[in-house]
Amino acid sequence: MTEAVAEAAKSSNVASSTPETMEWDSRARRMVMIYLPLSCFVLILLFPFYWMAITSFKPNAELLNYKDHNPFWITSPTLAHIKHLLFETAYPHWLMTTMSVAVGATFLSLFSSTLAAYAIERLRFRGSPYVGLGIYLAYLVPPSILFIPLATVVVQFGLFDSPLALILVYPTFLVPFCTWLLIGYFKSIPYELEECALVDGATRLQILRRITLPLAVPGLISAGIFSFTLSWNEFIYALAFIQSSANKTVPVAILTELVSGDVYQWGALMAGSLLGSLPVAIFYSLFVDYYVSSLTGAVKE
Amino acid sequence: MSVTTTLARNAVQQQPGWLVRLFDYKPFLIVVCLTPAIGLLLVFLTYPLGLGVWLAFTDTTIGRRGVFVGLENFQYLLTDPLWWNAVFYSVFYTAVATFGKFALGFWLALLLNNHFPFKSLLRAIVLLPWIVPTVLSALAFWWIYDPQFSIISYFLVDVLHVRSTNVDFLGSPWPARFSLIAANIWRGIPFVAISLLAGLQTISPSLYEAAMLDGATAWQRFRYITFPMMLPILAIVMTFSIIFTFTDFQLVYAITRGGPVNSTHLLATLAFQRGIAGGELGEGAAIAVSMIPFLVFATLFSYFGLARRKWQQGEAND
Repeated sequence: MTEAVAEAAKSSNVASSTPETMEWDSRARRMVMIYLPLSCFVLILLFPFYWMAITSFKPNAELLNYKDHNPFWITSPTLAHIKHLLFETAYPHWLMTTMSVAVGATFLSLFSSTLAAYAIERLRFRGSPYVGLGIYLAYLVPPSILFIPLATVVVQFGLFDSPLALILVYPTFLVPFCTWLLIGYFKSIPYELEECALVDGATRLQILRRITLPLAVPGLISAGIFSFTLSWNEFIYALAFIQSSANKTVPVAILTELVSGDVYQWGALMAGSLLGSLPVAIFYSLFVDYYVSSLTGAVKE
Repeated sequence: MSVTTTLARNAVQQQPGWLVRLFDYKPFLIVVCLTPAIGLLLVFLTYPLGLGVWLAFTDTTIGRRGVFVGLENFQYLLTDPLWWNAVFYSVFYTAVATFGKFALGFWLALLLNNHFPFKSLLRAIVLLPWIVPTVLSALAFWWIYDPQFSIISYFLVDVLHVRSTNVDFLGSPWPARFSLIAANIWRGIPFVAISLLAGLQTISPSLYEAAMLDGATAWQRFRYITFPMMLPILAIVMTFSIIFTFTDFQLVYAITRGGPVNSTHLLATLAFQRGIAGGELGEGAAIAVSMIPFLVFATLFSYFGLARRKWQQGEAND
């Protein structure tokens, strides 16, 4: 089929070929070549979420009985699992801990990476490209190598089992990302604006606060929501540094506190996963464009 | 304009406090600006990295300061079948998952690069698996892979009637390995697809028009325009993907914890099991350090991928 179209294109000019046959042909082709695989992709990518959602509203009787109930649908939805989660476990507390850790780490890394990006991109000193490269290389060091020595460092600082440890440690993977994102944004702001302000007698900090930062707001939002999402999702540090049940973050707590015994409470587990995913999903739906631009921008840099 | 200019100048001249002048002194300002970021990275990244290498040469355990034991930890690892197993599975996991992610992700990116209604909505939906916490989606996969109530088994046995027994996803080594790889691919596709889509959108349409006029087939257009133009971005995305797949921890820890019979341990989960859960910090650090050569290899791959960039964009070599 592809060959036939190409033949047609080869023999006659594309623009002058008979419109009706080409149109029908391309429409049928589009169905098979684009919409069919695309819907398969969407179906597979979304199915685990559908399954997660539907499981969390199913009563236990339906959950474990596929013979009498169609597993793809709920006949009598229930809020029992969510009620159990919210009122009989420490789930609200875990949510609060995760939220405060994510917000704290986000602000800390936004603050330090804004200053660093400004120094590297705008204050231009000898060796500034190397500092930038060094920060970029830091992004290539994965947490899996670091968590064992970091655990001993955290113990040395007396921060073991404290959410503060997570707030201080998360910037190690947030700062490199945010700095590179912000360097890209600062680059796009014309330097002439700053020169004008310098001529007018503004100090450099005034320039940063009054001119550069307001213009870099989209970049700051991108970096902020990205940091928030990454800190919300972080697992290995939170697993290694937090011991007591009360201080755990949502991903760790669900896995270590709710998975107990031989019979898994699938309803409660899935309800916990659903609720734990909702904050980032809502956040995401509000800022989709920023996510896409920061993801692609960071890759292009 | 001139009014504001004089105002600003007056304001500065009126209060030239030493603090203001200090913060306008460029070397001082550079140091102040870089301190938070560099400080955090030095204390919580560079120092632990060095400490990790040091720990790998000691017999430290939790609660006891270790002494230098030379290469003993590594010698022990070389004779440890579990470590070899973890190396094998880490490499296998990375290779198969990366191949799957890039094949499917590139395909999805090419599909999304077409024009159709609700494109931005679809793009937003596609990115969801990447946004949601990995552990939580891993739990959903765990439930999907349940030996008794797996929805996939139900679909194959009771709806399609292609099998007569439930699939044992996580009960024996090889099915468990492939189940984890499938979950990893599922999670990785969105990132690959969206970053490659961004790359695809930078390719000038005039190249395709010229090729079409010359009578190039769809495959030829892909092979000689899309693919070479995408190589630089492919190299970067692939390096990141390889590094973070090789050091993956969450999926395996959440779904199998290395079982059945330690067959699905990655190096990271093995390091956690020995180092944190087992308390043998030195040995765990040695396992973590043994990942570094692989990562250096992946980073060099990225460097040479980047080096190809200039001639591909038609700029002069300099």
